[in-house]
Amino acid sequence: MSIIIDEGTKLAVSGLTGREGSFHGLRNKAYGTDLVAGVTPGKGGQDVEGTPVFDTIAEAVTEAGANTSMIFVPARFAAAAIDEAIDSGVETVIAITEGIPVLDMLSTYWKAKEKGVRLIGPNCPGVLSPGKANVGIIPAQFFDPGPIGVVSKSGTLTYQIGNELKQAGTGNSSIVGIGGDPIVGSDFIDILKLYEADPDTELIVMVGEIGGDAEERAAEFIASDISKPVVAYIAGFTAPPGKQMGHAGAIISGSSGTAQAKKDALEAKGVRVGESPTETAAIAAEMLRSL
Amino acid sequence: MDLLEYQGKQLFAKHGIAVPSGEVANTVEDAVAAAEKIGYPCAIKAQVLIGGRGKAGGIKIAQNAEEAREHADAILGMDIVGPHGEGPFRVDQVWVEGGSDIAEEYYASVILDRGEKKLLAMVSAKGGMDIEAVAAEDPEALVKRHIDPSGFDAAAARSIVADAGLAEDALDEAAEVLVKLAEVAREEDATLIEVNPLIVTAGRDVVALDSKVTIDGNALFRHQDLAEIADTVDDPQEQMAKEKGLTYVKLDGNVGILANGAGLCMSTLDVVAQAGGAPANFLDAGGGSKAEAIVNALEVIKSDAKVSAILFNIFGGITRCDEIANGIVTASQQIDLGMPLVVRLDGTNSEEGLRILAEADLPNLHQEKTMLDAARRVVELAGGAA
Repeated sequence: MSIIIDEGTKLAVSGLTGREGSFHGLRNKAYGTDLVAGVTPGKGGQDVEGTPVFDTIAEAVTEAGANTSMIFVPARFAAAAIDEAIDSGVETVIAITEGIPVLDMLSTYWKAKEKGVRLIGPNCPGVLSPGKANVGIIPAQFFDPGPIGVVSKSGTLTYQIGNELKQAGTGNSSIVGIGGDPIVGSDFIDILKLYEADPDTELIVMVGEIGGDAEERAAEFIASDISKPVVAYIAGFTAPPGKQMGHAGAIISGSSGTAQAKKDALEAKGVRVGESPTETAAIAAEMLRSL
Repeated sequence: MDLLEYQGKQLFAKHGIAVPSGEVANTVEDAVAAAEKIGYPCAIKAQVLIGGRGKAGGIKIAQNAEEAREHADAILGMDIVGPHGEGPFRVDQVWVEGGSDIAEEYYASVILDRGEKKLLAMVSAKGGMDIEAVAAEDPEALVKRHIDPSGFDAAAARSIVADAGLAEDALDEAAEVLVKLAEVAREEDATLIEVNPLIVTAGRDVVALDSKVTIDGNALFRHQDLAEIADTVDDPQEQMAKEKGLTYVKLDGNVGILANGAGLCMSTLDVVAQAGGAPANFLDAGGGSKAEAIVNALEVIKSDAKVSAILFNIFGGITRCDEIANGIVTASQQIDLGMPLVVRLDGTNSEEGLRILAEADLPNLHQEKTMLDAARRVVELAGGAA
């Protein structure tokens, strides 16, 4: 098994007719993901290399059977596109777009909750279930199928860790990029819950960074609700307070949101935290062997 | 993006929140002229993006022109370090405002609560001091309540200010201010609005005596006036990076850093620090494989005189390492770094990328296979810690 996406995923890509959307949408298709539709208002009836394009996501659901929506729409229109996806009847919305105003996401977050739709992102690399489906921009070649579930705020850092796990001879049930924005649809806790229930996941690697308190909340949740071993990595020990480090959410506010506080919170709950991506992968591989 | 005190107050005034009148000044002469116009006593306040200005000597009261001159002269050009070690921030501007007759000092704020995904209103009768300290020592003195996404009216606001124990005769006005602060958050895309102190004057008016406002940088496209403020950056490297469209944060070490992806870049800084080095900057090259993007990034890093060696840490995903290697070779023909460059290429087509770099045989370019080895090497080449 895997989480969020698999062989049953039927993907509709909003923005498939755009440059980035077509590049990544078609890469996902080439990986084996069942790409059933593109969505661009005003371009219904066209196709992108054989994939039909619809005017609305709802049509992609009724006409092409889409159950998963990927949002590749420019930032200022993206929140509206996510809202449309939430109302369309899909089960899962994966929003790749970076730069969406956070207060727009505030209302979109609650809309997704109310409708019971799983929202991943925005500002995320997407989800990969190795050997099954890839939705987003994660380069699949660094990840083999295996027993480690990965959940991360960062893209390249995850590829780095995934590649080291692969070289250590192991692989992944799924890789979930939850995104680097202050408000994301799914937090660490939401994904940890899915890995706990997934019979093919034996160990979880969690990659966090400065800003907010999602890691601290995850630490509490791991102690109370997660029976599987968790290994963590936190980026941003050298980040100065008050400076946004690339991701909109990666900022230490006053004395809160520091990497040290997150590491301390996780270690206090018995979670091992690697010093570097390399050490994190090594710890995970070693713990897996001893399971 | 953080606003200066006076910029925040201008935003408050736009939304009908009472603020003292004042003028901004960049020189001692202008500050004195402003003080003469406003009358005495008046406050001369350093305009820097950090709290703790009063303790640092950045806020002074002037009783006459002579004092206004003395204070403005002392404050303009001073360096202020924040309570958490932020900065130092050089004072280039002062805000001169009329003195207020303060009867009570309160605290009010509306912030984005990332964990709960709601706006959070906070009010305390203990204003005018460090609110984190108040919250730590006397948690009950700080009333916190989430703002209902469907609406926030005067009645809801009044119950918050009443529970915080504000003076009975100031409750209605304070509630009105709180409603307006929430309006500023929503309409101006502010993720943090803090008024400390929110005062009640001797005449029982409720006035915002200070402001701390953070605007969501992702929303500037719909706020032309605020976008103009965002264009003014003090630091020369940060200004240069902004013009070149790069995500750059200046730090104070001597090891220049260039990596792809925000997470990997933060991790690279950490690993360099663990190796005993001091990172000079954060610079996310993004998918920057093109020579032009690499030249731009290297120019920004190099313009920081402290930098004595540079680490280029790439994990190629969609971006291929051979393209990046070609970009580095082309860039090296366009820019004379005059210092060692350590390159670590891993990921997609890394073998090919490493071969291209080896064949180019660039002077002062050092290749390392792993992130940790690259960090150790660059620290050694930079001459240890700064």
